[in-house]
Amino acid sequence: MEFAYLAAGFGAGLTVIGGAFGIGKLASSAMEASGRQPEAAGDIRTSMIIAAALIEGISLFALVICILLALK
Amino acid sequence: MEENVHTAVADTLQKAVEKSQDTGWLMHHILDSRELDFEPFGTIHLPEIYLFGMDISITKHVVFIWLAFILLVVLFRIAAKSYKTNKSPKGLANFLEILIIFVRDEIAKPTIGKGYEKFLPYLLTAFFFILTCNFLGLIPYGSTATSNIAVTATLAILSFFVIQIGGMMKNGSIGYFKGLIPHGVPAWIIPIMAVVELLGLFTKPFALAIRLFANMTAGHIVILALMGLIFILNTYVVAPVSIAFALFIYLLEILVALIQAYIFTMLSSLFIGMAVHQDH
Repeated sequence: MEFAYLAAGFGAGLTVIGGAFGIGKLASSAMEASGRQPEAAGDIRTSMIIAAALIEGISLFALVICILLALK
Repeated sequence: MEENVHTAVADTLQKAVEKSQDTGWLMHHILDSRELDFEPFGTIHLPEIYLFGMDISITKHVVFIWLAFILLVVLFRIAAKSYKTNKSPKGLANFLEILIIFVRDEIAKPTIGKGYEKFLPYLLTAFFFILTCNFLGLIPYGSTATSNIAVTATLAILSFFVIQIGGMMKNGSIGYFKGLIPHGVPAWIIPIMAVVELLGLFTKPFALAIRLFANMTAGHIVILALMGLIFILNTYVVAPVSIAFALFIYLLEILVALIQAYIFTMLSSLFIGMAVHQDH
């Protein structure tokens, strides 16, 4: 019974849920802030991209572990 | 009727299991290898070199690191020479100057503040090297050197040394470690803070390495998996959908290549700033 593939799949799925949740919340507040103050849109966009890359970094840690599991 | 459906499902599952054994091609395209292969035209076998028992043979990623290095040296030499003939840059020098000014004004100056000039050569080198390596992986027959954990770990170790040495030269060796713990914390927290901050010194570059490696590898895996879907399902019908998705992910990968180079440099510079100006 090979559970490693199943575990990798579950792990990747949960990771994507967490990452998408975080980035979605981030994007929604960035949009709201841009709407309130269009002059700051450039700064907000830069900060949004940085924060999104950091959040994605975390979800990619979990992806690396899932790849390790699947390759076993 | 039931029997037929049952055997049909069993047959499909059996075939899927059989087909799933040959995913070697996917890993072959992502991992390092000792030969450069230009698929229909042939392969070039790269030499194996062993030195004192250590394996320093030339592999595909090493060749692409050298290619990025040669490309950068040539491009920047041409750009630097053109400053002799016309003071205001045109063409290649202009384009490179845009990127250099971007790194200086958006990354180095805001995060490091005073004394950013000393760290600018390292930040520029890291930014352009990672950018070139990422882009070389996107051209046909190219391979991403930064999708190798050894390469990203080396870049992270270099960042680590720049951060520590920069911090120690500014604050003194003991003063640097003292300055890790912020002021005005209750006395009983200090041992915990010391452990946390010391660990943080190591986890932050580690995260840099893993972030770059995982981003570069994940993009390639998704594209290869989407294209492989055509072969696994063994039908032409899925080809337009598969290629469209793969094209979309490919464009996303170009964006990710730029963003990851920017993030690596920005975080390195942020850590340098935190190490040099510790009273923040």
